[in-house]
Amino acid sequence: MGYERQADFGTPEVRSDTQVTCTIDGRAVTVPAGTTVMRAAALTGGAIPKLCATDNVKQFGSCRMCLVEIDGMRGTPASCTTPVAEGMAVHTQTPRLQKLRKGVMELYISDHPLDCLTCSANNDCELQDTAAQVGLRDVRYGYAGENHLDQPADTSNPYFDFDPSKCIVCSRCVRACEEVQGTFALTIDGRGFGSKVSAGLASDSFLSSECVSCGACVQACPTATLQEKAVKEIGKPERAVVTTCAYCGVGCTFRAEMRGEQLVRMVPWKDGKANRGHSCVKGRFAWGYAQHQDRILKPMIRASIDEPWREVSWEEALGHTARELKRISEKYGRQALGGITSSRCTNEETFLVQKLIRAGFGNNNVDTCARVCHSPTGYGLKTTFGTSAGTQDFDSVEDSDVILVIGANPTDGHPVFGSRMKKRLRQGAKLIVIDPRRTDLVRSPHVTADYHLPLRPGTNVAVLTALAHVIVTEGLADEAFVRERCDWDEYRHWADFVSDARHSPEFLEPVTGVPAEAVRGAARLFATGGPGWASAQRNRPNSAIYYGLGVTEHSQGSSTVMAIANLAMATGNIGRRGVGVNPLRGQNNVQGACDMGSFPHELSGYRHVSDAGARALFEAEWGVKIDPEPGLRIPNMLDAATDGVFKALYIQGEDILQSDPDTKHVSAGLAAMECVIVHDLFLNETANYAHVFLPGSSFLEKNGTFTNAERRIQPVRKVMEPLNGYEDWQVTQELARAIGLDWNYTHPSEIMDEIARLTPTFSGVNYARLDAEGSLQWPVNAAAPDGSPIMHVDGFVRGKGKFVVTDYVPTDERTGPRFPLLLTTGRILSHYNVGAQTRRTANVAWHPEDLLEMHPTDAENRGVKSGDWVRLASRAGETTLRVTVTDRVAPGVVYTTFHHPATQANVVTTDYSDWATNCPEYKVTAVQVTPSNGPTDWQEGYEELTRRSRRIEGSAMEAAE
Amino acid sequence: MSSHTPEKLAYMANQIARNLALEPDAVGMVAQHIQDFWTPRMKHMACALDGAGLDPVAREALARLAGQYGDAAAS
Repeated sequence: MGYERQADFGTPEVRSDTQVTCTIDGRAVTVPAGTTVMRAAALTGGAIPKLCATDNVKQFGSCRMCLVEIDGMRGTPASCTTPVAEGMAVHTQTPRLQKLRKGVMELYISDHPLDCLTCSANNDCELQDTAAQVGLRDVRYGYAGENHLDQPADTSNPYFDFDPSKCIVCSRCVRACEEVQGTFALTIDGRGFGSKVSAGLASDSFLSSECVSCGACVQACPTATLQEKAVKEIGKPERAVVTTCAYCGVGCTFRAEMRGEQLVRMVPWKDGKANRGHSCVKGRFAWGYAQHQDRILKPMIRASIDEPWREVSWEEALGHTARELKRISEKYGRQALGGITSSRCTNEETFLVQKLIRAGFGNNNVDTCARVCHSPTGYGLKTTFGTSAGTQDFDSVEDSDVILVIGANPTDGHPVFGSRMKKRLRQGAKLIVIDPRRTDLVRSPHVTADYHLPLRPGTNVAVLTALAHVIVTEGLADEAFVRERCDWDEYRHWADFVSDARHSPEFLEPVTGVPAEAVRGAARLFATGGPGWASAQRNRPNSAIYYGLGVTEHSQGSSTVMAIANLAMATGNIGRRGVGVNPLRGQNNVQGACDMGSFPHELSGYRHVSDAGARALFEAEWGVKIDPEPGLRIPNMLDAATDGVFKALYIQGEDILQSDPDTKHVSAGLAAMECVIVHDLFLNETANYAHVFLPGSSFLEKNGTFTNAERRIQPVRKVMEPLNGYEDWQVTQELARAIGLDWNYTHPSEIMDEIARLTPTFSGVNYARLDAEGSLQWPVNAAAPDGSPIMHVDGFVRGKGKFVVTDYVPTDERTGPRFPLLLTTGRILSHYNVGAQTRRTANVAWHPEDLLEMHPTDAENRGVKSGDWVRLASRAGETTLRVTVTDRVAPGVVYTTFHHPATQANVVTTDYSDWATNCPEYKVTAVQVTPSNGPTDWQEGYEELTRRSRRIEGSAMEAAE
Repeated sequence: MSSHTPEKLAYMANQIARNLALEPDAVGMVAQHIQDFWTPRMKHMACALDGAGLDPVAREALARLAGQYGDAAAS
């Protein structure tokens, strides 16, 4: 086989109900009406020479290379801009065309360096291929004329170079930046012979410009002009393996292009249904952490956290761990043990960890990091719709007329989906953004929100209820839908509640800080599509709601999710393309971790442990009794540890000390335990309190599946051997065997088979199908044999949709004289959550530290300016960081990210949490900000603890963080 | 430092009660919620709480669970 680029059909796919047939060089082909001659030719296996066309962007018609002759048509039309017509007879290779193409090619090559043999794109270059296709043998003009060969390269971007001397000005990069990514950073500067690709202003380099390093331009470039530095360093790949990105919940699929066991580059897979051939800077480029020198490759143990680590064999580590678990279970009872599954690991690995706890530890003390992000989604959507998942696939956004984004920042947090959303917005969909901060979506090139409701942090429920108030009292609800699909009495109860005058936008304006007129306008737009809405098919728009952690991470997170569900049901926006309730999931496999039974109250497929029928299935398969009582959630585990009744914790792939709120609460809980087992790539922050360290494997080193925010189960494929010796599911299996469980899985596919046997929504899932079909969206079972891109199509999973009254209850975290500002937190494009991965890549070039965003008025009152150090203090603790002054945040609100351990933003966050799920209230903390000289005592003390706790015996160097 | 103090459990129960207060069967829903999501030890401790610090809905909900968890014996 060897390495081949993914097929390029030249122009994008066209959808049409009408099919037309033509002949290409005598070969008949039938294509959807509107398909170009170029694409039709490619579909029959032909290859019309082309340079400016590629199927990720619209046709442009500039290179004059793809000319064809068509019977009955004059001249030589460009095949990329000529649509196929019925009965058309096309000739792609004629002497006349050959002459024309050769002439054009000569001009290109007369201004191109002839260093093909030493060029990094050698044998992977479309210019080279096209020259071969047209049979170019000489260049009559010579090479001495005026040219661009001396232009200097821009090597400022850490991942790719721009070498204008090799540029043929085909504009593919510029168009990819506009059409695919939607950033509009690149442009063609100058005109005629002086035309040149520019990263923005003349003074801008690729690093300093607005470029977000998504890689779309690099992928689009037909030459070596825009190319990955890694290809220059390593050489051309020899094979490609399709796998799934391990960063966020979008779940982009990539071709991992390999040389031996060395990863050369990750190129987005055009057939990936989540990303449709697009990528972001993290998945595309920031994978260097997987081979970073900080990775710990040998198991380590220590008797107490004051001692240095001691490297031991796997046998010794597992034997020691098993003895400790047994000792603790005998001394304190089996409820003293528990574990945390990882939303970073595969479905199969997660399933095994919860199985180890339920079947091996004998309790339900298992939780997952979804506790701190989307557990309210689980609770809220299960209560209202009947199952804990988003209702749509990502393609659905292509049919949305109104998009409401609340508490999400997709262009930073879910960038590839953000780009797909922006594409739809540029086509004319309307946009409502509800966010305390002016996110990029509110205003960016060619996208402007119709309404931005900059609410005070903590007032989501009030704003959503006010929207519902307008919709119900102005008679905009879709009562026909509600009568058919929902419980009418519950609707009436809810409608009466929201209609009360105390839920009107005017009454709530002083609470939410949002002008009442804007709330009314947004509500009308969402329900009706706005003035002038007209569609031949529908009298209402397709309105979709997308939300993120700005919804869930509140003391009323679950209520907010249910308020969103209420709004979607009341306006009839469930059960078809273009609508729905769409949680944007954080971690790559947080959906999967939840599906796999990682919560202490439920088995895989969201069946409560009190459900005797569900328990019986597992008891028969596993041969053990399942505890019918729910186990401890993460914050409860920490509380129980402080109480002295919870003593041992197995943590796979999560850094709770850095990512969970109220760091001092977490560290006190961990310090009270006798056996903390950290299973991870790195000695993370939590490992400061660990007694056993089991080295983990990266997503490149294992087989398995991830499930993204669309419920799409996608394969993860091993492209290299695990540096630590074992895939993570094997480590868990070895630990299970060490404590006496008879597990004998030889491949993750066997684990998936067990999941399918035990989980009704997964019964049609297996590896053979995933390999054949690329991905499957659960439920996949007898009722939905091909999976379920859209849920609740003919009715809700629970039967009738349930309206729940969501009364606004203000958080107990209040501002006051001592803590007058509200802190809210978020993410940035170039970094990922706690940064364990991205801080170990060149992405630090964009974001070397966490900054505190503050409104100019608040900054002036405190005498601080951008770049100054400040002390950020709350009731829970304090830290220091530097300020950036910006009006993106409203007066009274400050914002920071939490990507860097030195900042420890979670020292400041409190242990208030969602009433239903205990999901922490990260998004609202009352704080004070004062000028400061540098790090706090706590930060310095913590650094010393970190240094001491990372000592490894016999190692000259301390393990780096 | 946080732990499962009576104050914290009372706070949690009250928070649930406040959020479900307007449901037609608020007491039943609060009782079911605690039944579904709290561990037996937390339920035992909650049933032993002094009712004075409890929201009336929470108090009544915990009274319903007392039959099963009211012996105050931490498991």
